[in-house]
Amino acid sequence: MLAKRIIPCLDVKDGRVVKGKNFKGLADVASPVDLGSFYSKCGADELVFYDITASSEGRKLFTEVLTEVASKVFIPLTVGGGINTLDDFDRVLKSGADKVSVNSGAVRDPQLICEAAKRYGSQCVVLSADVKRVDGGYHVFVRGGREDTGIDAKEWIKRGQELGAGELVLNSIDTDGVKKGFDLQMLTDLCSDLKIPVIASGGAGNVEHFTELFKKLPFVDAGLAASIFHYGEVKIEDLKRVLADEGIEVRRTK
Amino acid sequence: MTAIIDYGVGNLFSLACSFGAVGAEAVLTSDPEVIKKADRLVLPGVGAFRDAAAKLRESGLWDLVKQQAAEGKPLMGICLGMQLLLDKSLEFGEYEGLGLISGVVRAMTDIVPAGLKIPQMGWNKLIMTGSSPVFANTPEGTYMYFVHSYYCDAPKEYISAVTEYGAPVTAALHRDNIYGCQFHPEKSGEAGLEVLRCFCKL
Repeated sequence: MLAKRIIPCLDVKDGRVVKGKNFKGLADVASPVDLGSFYSKCGADELVFYDITASSEGRKLFTEVLTEVASKVFIPLTVGGGINTLDDFDRVLKSGADKVSVNSGAVRDPQLICEAAKRYGSQCVVLSADVKRVDGGYHVFVRGGREDTGIDAKEWIKRGQELGAGELVLNSIDTDGVKKGFDLQMLTDLCSDLKIPVIASGGAGNVEHFTELFKKLPFVDAGLAASIFHYGEVKIEDLKRVLADEGIEVRRTK
Repeated sequence: MTAIIDYGVGNLFSLACSFGAVGAEAVLTSDPEVIKKADRLVLPGVGAFRDAAAKLRESGLWDLVKQQAAEGKPLMGICLGMQLLLDKSLEFGEYEGLGLISGVVRAMTDIVPAGLKIPQMGWNKLIMTGSSPVFANTPEGTYMYFVHSYYCDAPKEYISAVTEYGAPVTAALHRDNIYGCQFHPEKSGEAGLEVLRCFCKL
């Protein structure tokens, strides 16, 4: 059976990683190439690069950096941030991304999912949804979680799957940054009957949160986190050892 | 020199870089002369079988690949490239393959129990079912990265490894000088690079 995936997410601005401390033996913790290789070597199953640059100059830098990462890191690379058109898909795929994550751009134009899936295949299109509890329901947020679209998250995720998204990242705004564990309730309510792989995001603070995620929610395929990996609070090798001891199937590397 | 056959499907950048990472000289090419001179060939592929087969024919390389393989040159098909090695595919119709290994490409839903997600997308273990020099340094149970909805239904003697996804699914093929990987060695970390390293010694 498939191993549960552990996915570090790197925010990149103007070609540099924004967060990142405590990396022993790394000359430059802000280099996406160095950090990407580091994660790849210590057992990350996939990397997500999120481009938080606003300027076109910064985008160009990001594209160049991505090419360099792709030439040195031989695990799947997903790229998100600022993906609004098929041209954006084209740009990052040509630079070495394996998958492209869409968020606000797909909310504005849902056909983007469909057109990208037709052109590049569903396996290439990752729907990333930022979701928050509002008035007893779940709403989709855009613009980095700042704007409530009023869209029902369950409906949106189902629609995304029907339009051809090949994977879903569910990011709970309610648990994001809180470090008290993944949003198991939201994941259950929104994702338990999906046919596409589900990546849980938001809330991981320690190793036990990943154990809890995979033990309690067998339909979740992967756990994504950023700061706990970047700040060295959780080392991927340690995390995988604990998961394996708990009987959860993970890919161990030497 | 290894020739990665570039017939217009997908981005071959990572694949080319992965050969560089194992210290092998590799070129992306659609030039028949380069392909003839190469020591070994790689046939990549992503997307639908019909489109890839059509593009390989349009590129004028279909017969050349068959001929080079018949002459004994090592050839490795990767992902859809492996599926193209078989006699035919039943993906969205019935389409002829290169016929270098007998067998048929079928939907995973034919053998995989309902409830398992299709495509199989992620890391799964190799279970060795035969011997293949490309797995000289690959231990039983090594994880590789898979992304596919169709699988190669081929005679047992050509299946060098399977992976368990509700049912045994062909992970690798080997017949004489012909090799196939359903997984992506260029996306499977060090373990994948090791397969390419072994292939480059052939």
